[in-house]
Amino acid sequence: MKKLSLILTAFAFIFTFAGKPVTEGYEVGDTVKDFKLKSTSGAMVSMADFEEAKGFIVIFDCNTCPYSKKYLTRIKALNKKYADDGYPVLAINSNDPKKSPGDTYDEMMKYAKKNKYAHAYLYDADQTVAKRFGATNTPQVFLLSKNSGKYVVNYIGAIDNNTSDAAAADKKYVEDAVEALLKGEKPPVTKTKAIGCTIKWKAS
Amino acid sequence: MIKKITFIAGIFFAMFFDVNAQESVEIIKFDRLESLINDKEGKVKIINFWATWCGPCVKELPHFEAAREEFSGKVSVNLISLDFADQLSKVNRFVQKKALKSDIYLLDEIDYNSWIDKVDKSWTGAIPATLIINEKTGERKFVESELEEKELYSLIQDFLSKS
Repeated sequence: MKKLSLILTAFAFIFTFAGKPVTEGYEVGDTVKDFKLKSTSGAMVSMADFEEAKGFIVIFDCNTCPYSKKYLTRIKALNKKYADDGYPVLAINSNDPKKSPGDTYDEMMKYAKKNKYAHAYLYDADQTVAKRFGATNTPQVFLLSKNSGKYVVNYIGAIDNNTSDAAAADKKYVEDAVEALLKGEKPPVTKTKAIGCTIKWKAS
Repeated sequence: MIKKITFIAGIFFAMFFDVNAQESVEIIKFDRLESLINDKEGKVKIINFWATWCGPCVKELPHFEAAREEFSGKVSVNLISLDFADQLSKVNRFVQKKALKSDIYLLDEIDYNSWIDKVDKSWTGAIPATLIINEKTGERKFVESELEEKELYSLIQDFLSKS
């Protein structure tokens, strides 16, 4: 009898775990683990380095995606507008340079220099950060706020609702979300989707 | 007489080539895509989302073209370009260069968040992405990754076996 209950427990155990899909990635409200990535400046960068920051505009980005290129000016503008208010942009490139040769660390350095990046541009060489975040495409934003030392996801998605024409975008999701956080409010929209270049994952 | 024959032959020739000439890719809005998704011709329908700039998309396009031939009459293939509308001539050149024969449309709907979920709730927005629908049973499958020819064929065969 004891044996039977043991077996049943074992089965229950197996089914509990087998039935649960392995989902990686943060949702709005989740706490984010800090990372340490090499910046195009040569330094290793963590969120903890930004002591004054109230949060971060984390953007999964790259050199090569046409959608990232369309948003290049807008990403720089976000940093310019909000870094001083406590929300700097941290751009992270997670593309496998084997699949996307224009996304090597060297190319990132050139790209950041050519485009006069004032924001950190970080190289996620082993893709662990992109996986942990559950990033899927570029450019994709995770807006984080710092609440008593913890980094909490407040918004996931697109920068605005018009990739091809900034002036025609009438929903500026990230700006609206940061403005809300600065006022101590919750972002009006917390999740959006956008067509983007898929992150080039390493062959498993 | 010879002149007349040449003239008639010329007309036939022109007609023949006109029918086969690659027309410009049609620009559509979401309502057209929605009716494409919901149309019921009793076939297995493939709707693939791609763009000329998307490497993995371009790589898998020949598989869709091949499937269209292989399962001729049973499967319809629709290639939905997500290139920007002002890139239409680039898309047209691409289609001609690759001699694509599937039905090709350019979806001009820039407010992505307003329609991505309507195609499939699981879609994050990355491309390539492919929707396969059995028009008889309504069964559908959404794949958000590059497909190998084998994978695509076995998906289609699986759908055909259930219809």
